[in-house]
Amino acid sequence: MQFSRKHLLGLEGFSKEEILYILDTAKSFKEVLSRPIPKVPTLRGKTIVNLFFEASTRTRISFELAEKRLSADSVNFAVSTSSVKKGETLRDTARNIEAMKIDMVVMRHSAAGAPHFLSECVDAHIINAGDGQHEHPTQGLLDLMTLQEKFDDLSRLKVVVIGDIAHSRVARSNIYGLQALGAKVGLCGPSTFIPYQANHWGVEIFYKIEEAIEWADVLNVLRIQLERQQGGMFSTTREYFNLFGITRRRIAAAGKDITILHPGPINRGVEIESELADSDCALILQQVTNGVAIRMAVLYLFSGLPSANDSESET
Amino acid sequence: MPVERKTQVIDAAGLNRTLTRLAHEIVEQNRGVADLVLLGIRTRGVPLAYRLQKKINDIEGQDLPVGELDVTMYRDDVFQKIKQPSVQTTNIKFNIDGKTVVVVDDVLYTGRTVRAALDAIIDFGRPTAIQLAVLIDRGHRELPIRADYVGKSIPTSQGEEVRVRLKEIDEHDMVTVIRAIEAE
Amino acid sequence: MINPVKKAPRVLFKQATVVDPESGKEWRSDVVVEEGVLKGTEQVAAGGFDGEVVDTTGMILCPGLIDMHVHLREPGREDEETVRSGCQAAMAGGFVSVCPMPNTDPAVDNAEIVTYLKKQAQDLLVDVFPIAAVTLGRLGESLTEMGDLVKAGAVAFSDDGDPVATADRMRRALEYASMFDVAIINHCEDKSLSKQGVMNESAVSTSLGLPGIPGISEDVMVARDIQIAEFTGGRLHIAHISTANSVALVREAKKRGVRVTCEVMPHHFVLTDEAVRSYDSNFKMNPPLRTAADVEAMLVGLQDGTIDVIATDHAPHAIEEKQVEFDAAPFGIVGLETALGLVLKHLVEPGVLSLPQALAKMTHAPADILNVQRGRLKVGAEASITIFDPDAEWCVDKKNFVSKSKNTPFDGWELKGRVKALYNRERLWTA
Repeated sequence: MQFSRKHLLGLEGFSKEEILYILDTAKSFKEVLSRPIPKVPTLRGKTIVNLFFEASTRTRISFELAEKRLSADSVNFAVSTSSVKKGETLRDTARNIEAMKIDMVVMRHSAAGAPHFLSECVDAHIINAGDGQHEHPTQGLLDLMTLQEKFDDLSRLKVVVIGDIAHSRVARSNIYGLQALGAKVGLCGPSTFIPYQANHWGVEIFYKIEEAIEWADVLNVLRIQLERQQGGMFSTTREYFNLFGITRRRIAAAGKDITILHPGPINRGVEIESELADSDCALILQQVTNGVAIRMAVLYLFSGLPSANDSESET
Repeated sequence: MPVERKTQVIDAAGLNRTLTRLAHEIVEQNRGVADLVLLGIRTRGVPLAYRLQKKINDIEGQDLPVGELDVTMYRDDVFQKIKQPSVQTTNIKFNIDGKTVVVVDDVLYTGRTVRAALDAIIDFGRPTAIQLAVLIDRGHRELPIRADYVGKSIPTSQGEEVRVRLKEIDEHDMVTVIRAIEAE
Repeated sequence: MINPVKKAPRVLFKQATVVDPESGKEWRSDVVVEEGVLKGTEQVAAGGFDGEVVDTTGMILCPGLIDMHVHLREPGREDEETVRSGCQAAMAGGFVSVCPMPNTDPAVDNAEIVTYLKKQAQDLLVDVFPIAAVTLGRLGESLTEMGDLVKAGAVAFSDDGDPVATADRMRRALEYASMFDVAIINHCEDKSLSKQGVMNESAVSTSLGLPGIPGISEDVMVARDIQIAEFTGGRLHIAHISTANSVALVREAKKRGVRVTCEVMPHHFVLTDEAVRSYDSNFKMNPPLRTAADVEAMLVGLQDGTIDVIATDHAPHAIEEKQVEFDAAPFGIVGLETALGLVLKHLVEPGVLSLPQALAKMTHAPADILNVQRGRLKVGAEASITIFDPDAEWCVDKKNFVSKSKNTPFDGWELKGRVKALYNRERLWTA
């Protein structure tokens, strides 16, 4: 297919074909990870900078691994060691980096729209690794890949995202990605966590976890950020677990197979029971493996130029 | 609008005979089939590898392992293309250490695909030897690559295309040489 | 820069289309100014005129336009704008009087700074009528020396940029200010509701993942202030009204006889929060762009008189401060140079308001709230006149802005109406 995007800023607006193409590509790159030498020279000579203005170990490592598996030259820029503390603007940081001839920027930032802004300032290809509460497209894609491995066709699937939807970029990317593939999406959480006019997304909204589980085939359980407690958005973690915790009892009560996803890191005993997180119905570790494959696919697909027609290669 | 002039060089029966001969040559050269594996290069090298597997089984009574190799990730022209080529999956379910790997492809031309395949194979392990079997050798090598087993040598010019069609993928077996001619 | 201003005590404007917003009448006439006073708005006898003659055939001549809500950034941020450059921008937009808000650095909370501002504008064509702070330092605690400030030239009081946060302070401010018959202008925003919001809270903010400023953060304080105004009998003016609910509250309050007025900015009746999808900080201001339903309510409010005034909230910002990710950018856009064009193109041309109705909201309506002798074509009074070509079509090019700052969302827009001449304070300017 014609894959013509220069940047991966979010999944909103992606067509079903585009998403399936990325997932197919990721399958091929996943095979590389299981080889004795899990490395291919595909992005050799490309320089990629991981621009992380927000602390993140796991996503950054996942991207770094993906970059190294593709033989790209990978450079890290973490905010605490950076010039941002000295007052340099995002724009200047980026342009300085570009002057060093960087091909791609993988960026995580606390401000929604920061990657959009960056794409106007620099020539490099931008991959959004999470912008504020807006989107986390590679997380959305790896969730889709994990579900596709289990269910193959997602168009009849019912997925409930549970937790602090209002502040979650994972939730948004999931909503846009799942709906593009035809899945039905539900949201569940205390009313303070459901964003204003969420029904505009065409989703089911549940305030009782039992109803959500009864409706769903898949639960995507978000991490509860404990800072929200100070903002008056929920009362205690104990109450949250009582009302919304995913427990074996609740799963058993539904009387059907439920698949569980979680973007990590897990707050055991807050949003999900510890034993359940380790059980077979939770695909959390597959998500992590798929994360590297998806990121390899994304780095590969978004490193080229916007497409013209592909010409068949000679041999 | 340029017109294509097609010349058929091999038909279905001819293809079958050629493959039979190649199978015999592979077995003869290697003095049997011990430690031999076949590796088809996607896309059309793969069905050819499977056909060779069957023919070798007919001769020696043994099923050689067949692997499927996608070399897109190893190409040296990935960024000369306007658009990223699609990657397919590689499927090699056996260990190649100490084996003789016979790489199978449909057309040998510049040699760059085979070079990419060699890079990939080295990443998978340490074979004893790597040999190359191709259905068609059309000349114009850009790298010092040569085939051990050649179905047919067809001299071509740069402007021509050698089109291999296999019934596993394309509904019929045929090899054609295509030349674009300017319409009057 | 624009053409120089010249002192001209005697001017004859020939064959203008005079529009009197107060009576709603329009007529063709010569207009005469002598010794800076409006002498006549009827036909003048042919023959020599001793003074400047300006051919204003085919142009609209109306009372000088007043913008009662601007930020001139002086003192403190002269890199963004100064009194001088702001007044030049005002002239480019057709305004002859401006009211700068006191959120400068230091704040305009004492008579010395008011005097300083008026001195900066001494030899300009444009009137500078400063609005002074309600509380010292705009900190919401002690009231300023309102008597002293009024004496020095302040025309109203506001802590704009911030609300008068506590109800008690608002009550005392309204009571105290009523001694001087001046209005308290409140920036109605309950900060505990707006928190770290950067755009309107709506389906758009939900979709974009940007923290939202809910409409209720404005409504809640408008409701509060109306109650307090009613209780105290003081004069309340709501700055930059933006929600349908606020307009409804003002409408009901006026019916009850509460002394409340309000103003709306062009961007709040021309743009909606959908514009923020571009993440362009030129669409970031406070109060934020709201929904289509709110915009509709602004238009209805202008038509039925609930909304008294159109002002700009001209808020210049340095380019490096606006060219950042949306979250980090300061709120505010410039507006002096696009207001008239937007009013003519998006209110008058589509028939939402007639020309006299629209001009009324920029002339005698603000003048009455501020108690200044402007905004009317009154024979025998000081002449204050704006002249513009109502049909001139032009394209906004921010590179040509006279203001020091270029942070506008309207770059590239096709607007209507070009200023041709201005007369105020015995000074004449022609384009």
